[in-house]
Amino acid sequence: MTPSDREQQVLDRIERARRRRAEVKEERITLAHGAGGKATRTLVDALFLEAFRNPRLEPLGDAAELEIGCSRLALTTDSFVVTPLFFPGGDIGHLAVNGTVNDLAVSGARPLYLTAGFILEEGLPVADLVRITESMRAAADAAGITIVTGDTKVVQRGKGDGCYVNTAGIGVVEHAWRLGMDGVRPGDAVIVSGPIGDHGVTIMLARGDLGIEAENLVSDTAPLHDVVDALLLATPGVRIMRDATRGGVATVLNEIARAANVAVVVDEDAVPVRQEVRGAAELLGIDPLYVACEGRFVAVVDAAEADRAIDVLRDHPLGAHAAVIGRVAADPAGLVLLKTGFGGTRICDVLVGDPLPRIC
Amino acid sequence: MRFVDEFRDAAKARALAAEIAALCEPGREYRFMEVCGGHTHTIYKHGIEDYLPENITLVHGPGCPVCVIPMGRVDDAIHIARTPGVLMTSFGDMMRVPGSGGNFFDSNAEGTNIRMVYSPLDALKLARQTDRHVVFMAIGFETTAPSTAMTVLRAAEEGITNFSVFCNHVTILPAIKAILDSPDQRIDGFLGPGHVSTVIGCEPYRFIARDYGKPLVVAGFEPLDVLQSIYRLMLQVREGRAEVENQYARVVAWQGNPTALRVITEVMEPRQHFEWRGLGFISHSALRVKEAFARFDAERIFDLPGVRVADPKACQCGEVLKGVLKPWECKVFGTACTPETPIGTCMVSPEGACAAYYNFGRFTRERVREASAR
Repeated sequence: MTPSDREQQVLDRIERARRRRAEVKEERITLAHGAGGKATRTLVDALFLEAFRNPRLEPLGDAAELEIGCSRLALTTDSFVVTPLFFPGGDIGHLAVNGTVNDLAVSGARPLYLTAGFILEEGLPVADLVRITESMRAAADAAGITIVTGDTKVVQRGKGDGCYVNTAGIGVVEHAWRLGMDGVRPGDAVIVSGPIGDHGVTIMLARGDLGIEAENLVSDTAPLHDVVDALLLATPGVRIMRDATRGGVATVLNEIARAANVAVVVDEDAVPVRQEVRGAAELLGIDPLYVACEGRFVAVVDAAEADRAIDVLRDHPLGAHAAVIGRVAADPAGLVLLKTGFGGTRICDVLVGDPLPRIC
Repeated sequence: MRFVDEFRDAAKARALAAEIAALCEPGREYRFMEVCGGHTHTIYKHGIEDYLPENITLVHGPGCPVCVIPMGRVDDAIHIARTPGVLMTSFGDMMRVPGSGGNFFDSNAEGTNIRMVYSPLDALKLARQTDRHVVFMAIGFETTAPSTAMTVLRAAEEGITNFSVFCNHVTILPAIKAILDSPDQRIDGFLGPGHVSTVIGCEPYRFIARDYGKPLVVAGFEPLDVLQSIYRLMLQVREGRAEVENQYARVVAWQGNPTALRVITEVMEPRQHFEWRGLGFISHSALRVKEAFARFDAERIFDLPGVRVADPKACQCGEVLKGVLKPWECKVFGTACTPETPIGTCMVSPEGACAAYYNFGRFTRERVREASAR
């Protein structure tokens, strides 16, 4: 057996190990389980999906699609636990509305109604809560969505970070075509709707313990329903969309590669990243591809319609820097490859937990 | 980004790659060790191996400071963190390094509060703000030792009484020597650690060239730095030279940083022995806090279990670190030992040789090339 045969054998063994059924090995929940990476995926697959398994849940999309009477509805929920509560470009209120609006939007639904649940920590200034609710109302108005029901709980001081918000949203799917992983084909173009990593880096800097400042950098939190709608109307060849929140664009691309059993080949130089984000990420030793966005989405589009999709996106303020960042290939299925700006190629895997700053 | 992009120019890389290829003698294998984990990271992050001919192999050395911390020391740190009234602090990349009963994240899930900081000074700042005793988990090579030492000096100056460091600083030269002394090593030359060299300079590497006949080029961390350093190593091999060269002269002074060295020796002294995960005990390979600063030394303040935990039997990290095995040749690579559930040092941090290979380089160069060309 030649060394490269042996290497291949080892790689096959790894692939088999990777495809084994997920199993939560930890005895307790750690922060990694909430970071959107491999640990989160394992928890969802091995625990929640096992417990609740049903055909509506199984696709594990951003929202579940439900047929009720002759309507197609989309239902989703999300919880928000950001620190600090207020940051450049937004606050937890904006995030809580936009996050749920965006999960509906990228599922192809028009957002209609929202619920809002508050878990407040004893001692939270009422003025802060006023600011948060005002942001939520403004964000809901901007998204054309109505907050129709809610809940309030207060926990003892020290048992919450000031304020946690949960929202659930319902929307209606009016477009005739179906979005889904099964539509993704080799040759399709992969698009991102704008510069990536703004939100995550803004939050890291806003926590103030890095001693780095970036004056012009603000969170990208925004409602995507309008720009998504424009894209869907102009481009029937949209296969699937995902908003790139926790885990960033790299994690979304890995989900697509895995669920559609294709490879995604990304051209690093084509990925829009602001100078401030690149600079801060470089200093911290983290990769912007794994940093959260709150107003960006990834779309896989029929290659023949890629140019039109980009034109439509760029006509919209939230898609002004949209770009084709790569394409779908058949092999090696299940993986994301990155063609580096330097001219090399590497695998771009899902992280285990949060990206951790490197010391040297 | 200015000052970075110029070191990532693909056209220059292609030109350098051609020159490297021209220096290769047909049929000969070349193995170069990059000592520092930062280089391993650069190599995989930018896909530098794509530029190298098949007969040049990069061996990923022991220079990832979190990877080399043995399980027993992680257990000791968790023991300190569990002491009532203590606030343990650590660099982020230490958080996922496994001890015998889990890592810092697991420990936090069980009730400790090990907090991430970005520098020892941040830990000292916490000490000023709290009544609790703040311990800083000090790790790293000569690169980070000066900042730990400086922080201890600052704490002494300010008369702070609720701060100490759990000192796990290691020194690079004994580790390189241990690898060179190992009978099964097959290394043709070294990429010298750039950051460490900013402190210790280039002179201390002399013995590698003189006594072992191996070339060493102190290298920077941008991809063109690494390629150029490989080129300079190839040139030395081709010309039959073994010298210490400094490719990273824009940052590294030949004599190092005397102030930083002075601060280290003021506060710390070499230990008789220190265990390196995967490499075993190496003499005089680590630093501890001097007697004069005992009140800032967590090892003296706390009663530590100090239990030595053997590396798992299946783990072949030692062989990988010496260049005897490639990551994928290890028995447990990618199956029992993965980035999610690391067994050995090399899989622990993203800079570890196996983790880097698993995350970035799992596929044969041809297959990746084919996929990205289509």
